[in-house]
Amino acid sequence: MPGISHAHSVVEPSATAKHIATVLVVLYALVTMVPLVWIFLTGFKSGPDSIAYPPKVVFTPSAEGYCNLFTTRSRQTPEYIGQLPPSSGVCDSLARASNMVVVGSSNYRPRFINSLVIAFGSTALSVLLGVTAAYAFSRFKVPLKDDLLFFILSTRMMPPIAVAIPIYLMYREVGLSDTRLGMILLYTAVNVSLAVWLLKGFIDEIPREYEEAALIDGYTRLQAFFKVVLPQATTGIVATAIFCLIFAWNEYAFAVLLTSGEAQTAPPFIPIIIGEGGQDWPAVAAGTTLFLLPILVFTVLLRRHLLRGITFGAIRK
Amino acid sequence: MTKPIALAGTIAVAAMLACASSAHAQTKQLTLCWAAWDPANALVELSKDFTAKTGVQMKFEFVPWPNFADRMLNELNSKGKLCDLMIGDSQWIGGAAESGQYVKLNDFFAKEGIKMSDFMPATVLGYSEWPKGTPNYWALPAMGDSVGWAYRKDWFSRPEIQAEFKKKYNRDLAPPKTWDEFKQVAEFFQNRTIDGKKVYGAYIFTERGSEGITMGVTNVLYPFNFKYQDPKKPYSMDGFVNSASSIKGLEFYKALYKCCTPPGLTNAYMQEGLDAFKSGQVAMMMNWFAFFPGLYKDPNVGGDKIGFFVNPSENTKGVQLGGQGISVVAASPNRNEALQYIKWFAAPEVQKKWWALGGYSCHKAVLQDPGFVKSAPFARQFLDSMDMVVDFWAEPSYAQLMLAMQKRTHDYVVADKGTAKEALDALIVDWRKIFKDDGKAK
Amino acid sequence: MRSSSTGGRSSRTTERPNSVRPLTAAGTPPRGASPRGIQATALSNMTTRDPNGLLEQAVRATPEPLARRVRGLSDRTIAWLFIAPTMALLLAINIFPLLWTIRLSFTNYRANRPNAPVTGVSIDNYVSVLTDPDVWAAMQATAHFLFWTILLETVLGFALAWLIDRRFRGHGFWTTVILIPMMLSPAVVGNFWSFLYQPQIGLFNYAVGFLTGIPPSSFEMIGSVKLAPWSIIIVDTWMWTPYVMLICLAGLRSIPGYLYEAAEVDRASQWRQFWSITLPMALPFIMLAVLFRGIENFKMFDMVNLLTSGGPGSTTEVASITLKREAFEKWRTGYSSAFAIVLFVTVFGLASIYVKALNRVKGR
Repeated sequence: MPGISHAHSVVEPSATAKHIATVLVVLYALVTMVPLVWIFLTGFKSGPDSIAYPPKVVFTPSAEGYCNLFTTRSRQTPEYIGQLPPSSGVCDSLARASNMVVVGSSNYRPRFINSLVIAFGSTALSVLLGVTAAYAFSRFKVPLKDDLLFFILSTRMMPPIAVAIPIYLMYREVGLSDTRLGMILLYTAVNVSLAVWLLKGFIDEIPREYEEAALIDGYTRLQAFFKVVLPQATTGIVATAIFCLIFAWNEYAFAVLLTSGEAQTAPPFIPIIIGEGGQDWPAVAAGTTLFLLPILVFTVLLRRHLLRGITFGAIRK
Repeated sequence: MTKPIALAGTIAVAAMLACASSAHAQTKQLTLCWAAWDPANALVELSKDFTAKTGVQMKFEFVPWPNFADRMLNELNSKGKLCDLMIGDSQWIGGAAESGQYVKLNDFFAKEGIKMSDFMPATVLGYSEWPKGTPNYWALPAMGDSVGWAYRKDWFSRPEIQAEFKKKYNRDLAPPKTWDEFKQVAEFFQNRTIDGKKVYGAYIFTERGSEGITMGVTNVLYPFNFKYQDPKKPYSMDGFVNSASSIKGLEFYKALYKCCTPPGLTNAYMQEGLDAFKSGQVAMMMNWFAFFPGLYKDPNVGGDKIGFFVNPSENTKGVQLGGQGISVVAASPNRNEALQYIKWFAAPEVQKKWWALGGYSCHKAVLQDPGFVKSAPFARQFLDSMDMVVDFWAEPSYAQLMLAMQKRTHDYVVADKGTAKEALDALIVDWRKIFKDDGKAK
Repeated sequence: MRSSSTGGRSSRTTERPNSVRPLTAAGTPPRGASPRGIQATALSNMTTRDPNGLLEQAVRATPEPLARRVRGLSDRTIAWLFIAPTMALLLAINIFPLLWTIRLSFTNYRANRPNAPVTGVSIDNYVSVLTDPDVWAAMQATAHFLFWTILLETVLGFALAWLIDRRFRGHGFWTTVILIPMMLSPAVVGNFWSFLYQPQIGLFNYAVGFLTGIPPSSFEMIGSVKLAPWSIIIVDTWMWTPYVMLICLAGLRSIPGYLYEAAEVDRASQWRQFWSITLPMALPFIMLAVLFRGIENFKMFDMVNLLTSGGPGSTTEVASITLKREAFEKWRTGYSSAFAIVLFVTVFGLASIYVKALNRVKGR
């Protein structure tokens, strides 16, 4: 990965060492992928196939999982179904084949959209607040700086359930219960500590001389911040954004305690998708797969920055 | 160059927001919150009649049972506006009444001529009244329910199986009437091979998180003379909760769990039972009557293959009450429309249609109709059960009382902790502390 | 004067081998001179990459009086402007609630009975919490979980990082693949692992049966009192080993090459190199990973709750699950506030001690 000290041995690891390493790492990677692949496949199984006993590795794919994820259905008599107009699509035909009728769309899409809004919104806000506060802590003499920084870190030590108790009461009073704004504020407050901490590490690395040169040149401090520091902190900002996004995207405890109909995100929703008997595993698997995709894409595209983010957070303390 | 674009963008966003909010204002809509199960689907169907008669659109929020209490009690406590109507569990009445979360319906009933005497007394007591035994109504009985048993009638009718049973136990194979008979039948079917697959004796509730194992265990405890308190001295539990026969009853439930159930069901409630029964794993299944209409229609195990029986008795009879009443949420902004729904629902014709669609009406016009018993193969059993129902505590601290019993019974039955006596003694200690905190006991 | 500061600057950027050289071209000192002097060239190369760019436009578009006022903003004002929103948010959403929790912990408030009279009960709640055997059982379950997950994740994570650091062909790709489990939502993971662990229809028992010959339906993970704690440990390890691996990898990559070169010259064996160079230099990173995972797993709620609900019985009921039941199912707000404070103090105390040790290791 560029930018990181590569050479740490004049003598490269031997070919055997590399082969052994390859085998072991690939083995580990494949083993850890098995549950995920299984879930991915389950999303394409029919209901009975998903709970087949013993588990089926070979099966005929079906769109049932994805259809069930996005629709609500109700059971009707065959006579009733017989007199309906012809089915309007794949999901409709699938439902009718098992004596059900699609009656509407499920809550998955609204929950997914809530996740998008809340996660990206709080990430943007966390990074904005984080980079400005980190800059201030890095460059200026702030009274009680070390104490404030440790205090910021310690806000991460409360179990989320514990934080949820007073937040629940507070939000109830001010009417932020079950609102997107309330969740964005909450996630930002949780993430900003990590953001400040990580970004301070990055900004500390940027030599002050560049800004000082800019100041001498007649730029104001603010302009120096925008024109000198921010561009160089891009890597750190991206890395921080990834961490904040992963947290906010996947968060469950606050979402389940503080939201219900309006602002609920996907994580509380997916585990309670129930079919006619027991959990609708193909639909749950489909929901899980779809929910993983944005984060997967985001992270894979920006994976270099992830490693650097860890590096900085680790070195600077 | 950028200014007109920015301006256009702002106008577009504002227009979208305006449209979104005005769309809400136009059509009247009620949201009804209930658990996600078969009767809920029937209610969706039934409510089309209400929309046709009043023009009010119905929206439904259904939550699966394991999360239902958590989510809805949270909703009530946070004064949420999600639900206008709530079909809440019978045990929530105390808390909801005392905290003003439900609308008191006495005046409305009087005004609209809805008489509680039109409904079965057990359901009025269980689903509507708080305090119990007083004419203060906080809900209309909506769904009558109790625990019942379904069994594989087709297996029971096979000659070779009947012969073998008769040889072993010297009596005919039939749906058990007592718990001792039940255990025999269960042991008989346990690990038997039928149609090439291994089957198991019975399915019982063991769920830990919400209320499952309690709702299962009480069906054995009540027939073994378990009482919640001294009938003469409220909140005095010693000798009634942990009487010698109660202890035997709890031990019996554990024995059943160990000897005669499918493996791996350590946290199983309603849906897992349906799964197990429909996939042909068990001979007898404990579940709520609410599911029996759907089971009867099942292509694999329904029709002639299924039969139903009432909860077995032992020293006495008793079965766990289920069921819910429908209430108006006090925080709802649509109170008038919600009350209209209640009025519509209480009408005898609607109640008859409710039963026809699969919901368990509590209205006497339906239940005392001579044709009722023949209307479904489980109707007789339902009536018999409703005659012997016992409910769990309905106190405002109901959730705490439930959680205590969940913990103590699951610890003993599934996690092999301690003895039955220790579990019940610890339960009394838990409950006494809760009542003490409430100021109801010393 | 100018050239000396240039020289000073360029020497500064190369003196820290552990630091990462910034990516952007803007950061690299320029070569060659220009009419306005090297320093100015450097500055203009860095800052005026695009004379018509948005920032430049913003600068030019700022009306003179405002620009004069903004330019006039002292460092102090900017510092406060930058820190204040963060502090305000943290105060409102972290500190104020924390203080409220402390206050609640001394009362008998119940959130589901807002109208009931609230009385102060001094330290009764704390006494209850600290003498409750169920609380201690939960702490024990949490400790067992913490110990084993940290141990397994550290050993596996470090081993993986070390192997990846051999830099075999394709290691970048496989690293990314290994990272995927940690991108999932812990709640969703707990939920689908309960599917994988089912004895009749789940993949896990079959895989184990396939590999070891033990019949699949002879054991159950989630339902058995002995195996349930291991079921949650396995899932957590599966999910978070990549996280530890990343941190260790960063640590390994930060070890300067010349140390190994010197060891080669001294003809130290690979084994010796590992023990005297690799491990000690990676130790701060390993300890950091342990700290992060420790704090996170102490607070663990979603994954365990969805996997086992704390069962069977209470064998996997970790502290957060007990807290959630007390606070949001039994609605004993005062009591659960005391419990929350106890948990917080525990983590805070342990973390502080640990951080001191960590700093000492780093300082070496």
